[in-house]
Amino acid sequence: MMKKVFGRPRSMKGNIFHYCAGCGHSIAHRLIAEVIDELDIRGITIGVPPAGCAVLAYNYFDVDMIEAQHGRGPAMATGIKRVLPDRVVFSYQGDGDLAAIGIAESFHAANRGENITVIFMNNGVYGMTGGQMAPTSILGQKTTTSPTGRQNILDGYPIKVCEVFSLLPGTAYIERCTVNSPASILKTRKAIRKAFQYQIDGRGFSLIEILSPCPTNWKMTPIDSCRWIDEVMSKQFPLGVIKDVPAEVSDERKKGDKHHDG
Amino acid sequence: MMVKTIFAGFGGQGVLMMGYSLAHGAMSAGYNVTFLPAYGAEVRGGTANCTVAVSDDEIASPIASEPDNIVVLNTPSLYTFQNRVAFGGALFLNSSIIAVESSRHDVRIFKIPSSEMAEKLGNPRTANTVMMGAFLKMTGLVPPDIYLSSMETVMGSKKKSVIEINHKAFAAGYEFLKMAE
Amino acid sequence: MNKVLMQGNKIIGEAAIRAGCLFYAGYPITPQNELPEYMAENLRKVEGGVFIQSESEIAAIHMVAGASAAGARSMTSSSSPGISLKQEGISSLAACELPAVIVNMMRGGPGLGNICPAQGDYFQATRGGGHGDYRVIVLGPDSAQELADLTMDAFDLADEYRTPVMILADGMMGQMMEPVIFKEPKPRVYPESFAMTGAGTGKSKIIRGLILDPLEMEEHNWKLHRKYQVIAQRETRHELYKTDDAELILVAYGTGARIAKGAIKRLREAGLRVGLFRPISLWPFPTNELRDLAKRTENFLVFEMSTGQMVEDVRLALQGRARIGFHGRPGGVVPTPVELANVVMRQYDRKEGIIDPVT
Ligand SMILES: Cc1ncc(C[n+]2csc(CCOP(=O)(O)OP(=O)(O)O)c2C)c(N)n1
Ligand code: SF4
Ligand SMILES: [Mg+2]
Repeated sequence: MMKKVFGRPRSMKGNIFHYCAGCGHSIAHRLIAEVIDELDIRGITIGVPPAGCAVLAYNYFDVDMIEAQHGRGPAMATGIKRVLPDRVVFSYQGDGDLAAIGIAESFHAANRGENITVIFMNNGVYGMTGGQMAPTSILGQKTTTSPTGRQNILDGYPIKVCEVFSLLPGTAYIERCTVNSPASILKTRKAIRKAFQYQIDGRGFSLIEILSPCPTNWKMTPIDSCRWIDEVMSKQFPLGVIKDVPAEVSDERKKGDKHHDG
Repeated sequence: MMVKTIFAGFGGQGVLMMGYSLAHGAMSAGYNVTFLPAYGAEVRGGTANCTVAVSDDEIASPIASEPDNIVVLNTPSLYTFQNRVAFGGALFLNSSIIAVESSRHDVRIFKIPSSEMAEKLGNPRTANTVMMGAFLKMTGLVPPDIYLSSMETVMGSKKKSVIEINHKAFAAGYEFLKMAE
Repeated sequence: MNKVLMQGNKIIGEAAIRAGCLFYAGYPITPQNELPEYMAENLRKVEGGVFIQSESEIAAIHMVAGASAAGARSMTSSSSPGISLKQEGISSLAACELPAVIVNMMRGGPGLGNICPAQGDYFQATRGGGHGDYRVIVLGPDSAQELADLTMDAFDLADEYRTPVMILADGMMGQMMEPVIFKEPKPRVYPESFAMTGAGTGKSKIIRGLILDPLEMEEHNWKLHRKYQVIAQRETRHELYKTDDAELILVAYGTGARIAKGAIKRLREAGLRVGLFRPISLWPFPTNELRDLAKRTENFLVFEMSTGQMVEDVRLALQGRARIGFHGRPGGVVPTPVELANVVMRQYDRKEGIIDPVT
C-alpha cells in the first residue's frame, strides 16, 4: 500500500491560485491552511482577506471569510471577534493595506489587544495595482511612483511594523518571517501556529509579518527575488521573534484595568 | 470605413507596442484612432491584449466585440479571441508558436512564422514587428513609410541598431506574405 | 500645436501640469494609476511641483486642502471606492471655499466592485457627495480632447468660484489612448490675498467651516447657495448631436454618449431620425437646454452605465413634458452601439404610453 505523504490541506479549496509564479501569497495561504488543519479549528475559523493581490483568498481557504474594504480588516475582525469570542479570527493583509491606508485600524486593534491574528504580507510594493511604492519599500527602491528610487526626504522611510507594534502593550506575539527557502517556510509555519495558539489561549493580539517575494513587480526572476530577500530586504527588516509576552502577563492583563508595559 | 483589430499574446511579446505603433501610424495617416489596452488583474498571469480602432469617421466605442482582424502571438490568445473575429475578417497567427489550427473557416487566415523569422534576423524580440509587416501588407491600413516613422517615434530614443533591425523585421514580414500569396 | 497620441489618465496629468498645477496627492487604485504615476515622474520635474503618494485617499484630499489654502493649484485623483473616502475632505473644501480639482475614474460598484468602466457614481458626484449643504461642479468628458480641455477648465472654474471641481470619467476614458491637442492654458486669476501664507505684519486670517452660531451658519449656507445659483446659471455645458430633425432624443454622457453616437449613426442609416443630448456639465445639469428640446419631440431615452441615476435629472428637466425611456448597463458592462440601437428601435415609434414613468 502507498502512503500519502503530501496533499491539499482540508482547509484549502481545490481552486488553482491566480498568483504569479514565485509569489509568496501562495505559500503563506498553504501554511495558514495547514495550521488550521493541525489545530483542528476549520469549523470555528473566520478569515478576513484584504484588498490586494490576496483579495480572492476566499476562493482558496475553505473557511468562512468576509471581504473587508481596503485596510479595514482589523476593524472588521474586531467586530466579528467581539460578537463571537470563541471563534478564531484572522485578518490577512498586504503592506499597503496594513501600513498605509489601514494603519489606524491595525494600530488600534493592536492597541486594544484584540484577541485576533494578523498575517502581514510584506512584499515592499502594491502588488495588485501594479507595483507602486509601499510604506515598506526600502530606500532607493524603484517603483512606478518612485521612478528614481525611494528617497527619504520625499517619500519617508520604510516602516518597521513589527517593531512599532511591539511597543503597544496590547500585543502578545509578534514575529517576522519569510518564505524564500524550505527552512524559512518551516519556521514561518511554526510562527503562524504559535500565533493562532496564542489567540486560542486568549492571550491577545498576534501579528506575523512575512517578507514575501513579488517577482512581477520587483521585475526579478523568482530565484533572484528569494535572493533579494536574503541580501537586501531582511537587512532592513530583521527576521525573528520581536515580541513574546509570557502567559502570566497576559493572564494578569485579562483581569483588566492594570498598567502593563508589555 | 472602420477597422478594429485586437492584438494578443504573452506579456513581453510586444503586443501593446504593436497596437500603439499601429494607432500612431494611423493617426499620422490622418485617421481617427483609439487604442484600448486590457488592464488590471485581467493582465496578471502574463497575458496582454489591446484593441485598436481606425476610422475616417468619429469612433464611438473603442471596444471590439466583433473585430475585423486579430493578431495573435500565442495559443491561449488564439483560443480566447478567434471566435470573435467578424465573418470575412482576418486572423494573423504567429505560426512559430501556435501549432494548432484555428477552428474558423469563414475568415482569412495568415500564418507567419514570425518568431523564427525574427530569430534568423538576429533579434527574436522583433517577432512583433515581423507580424506588423505582414499585417499591414494584407490590410493596407497604413502606408509602410508612415508606419515605420511612427514605429520609430513610439520606440523612443532607442539605439540606431535596434531601429534598423526593426525595419528589417518589418520588411521581412511584408515580403513574406507577398511571396505566400 | 502638435497632435499627440496619449492615454486618458496621462492626458489629465499633462493638462494639469500645463495649467499650472503644482500639487498632486493620491493613492493607487485601478483604473487611474497612470495618473499618479505620471505625476510622480513629471510633476516633480516642475519648479515647485510636489507629488505625494499619500497613505490613503483621506490623507490625499486633506493634503490638497492644505496646498490649496497655501495658494497652489492642487489636484487629487482616484476611482470610486477612493472617492467615497475623499468625501469628508470635499465637503470641507466646499465649506471653506477652497479650489481643488478631483478626478474620479469610475469603476463598477458598490463596494469593492470591479475595475471596469461604469457610471454608478453620478448621484454621489452631482449631489455633493459628502455631508452638508453643498454642490461640486462636475464635468463629464467623452473624449481624450475633452479630458485635456476640461481638466484645464476645471482649474479655472475652481479658482473662479473657489470651490471643488470634479472630472467624472470612467475606466475606459482613463485607459484609452486617443489623439489630443493641448491648448494654451489661460493665465491663472486668483488673488494672492486668498492664500494663507502667514500674517506677516498684517491681519491674521482664519479659514474654517465650523460656524457654531446657527444664524451665522445659515448665512454661510445661503452664501454658498447663491454662489451655486450663479454657477447653475452660467456654467452649464452640453452638446447637441443631430437633434435638429430628431424624433427621438437619446440623453447620455461620457462613455455612454460615445456609445450613443455609434448607435445613432446606425439608426440614421436605417432611416430613423435619432439625436443625442449630451450633458457635459453634470452639475450644474443643463436643465433649460434639455427642456427646450421637449418642444420638438416627446420621445426621450436615457442611456447610462448604471441602473439609472442621471435619468432623475432628465425627469426634473422635462417635468412630464415627454416620455422618458431608460436603458442601463451597470456593473462595468459597456454595451455595443448595436445593442443600444436595438433598444432605441423598439421605443422609436411609441406614441402612447406613460409620460415620465416613475419606476
Ligand atoms: C479605498 C481604496 N483605495 C484603493 C484601492 C485599490 N487597491 C487595491 S489593493 C491596493 C494595494 C495593494 O497593496 P498591498 O496591500 O501591499 O497588497 P499586495 O497586492 O502587495 O499583496 C490598492 C491600493 C481600494 N481597493 N480601495
Ligand atoms: S503581483 Fe506580486 S504579490 Fe501580486 S500575485 Fe503577482 S507576485 Fe504575487
Ligand atoms: Mg504589498
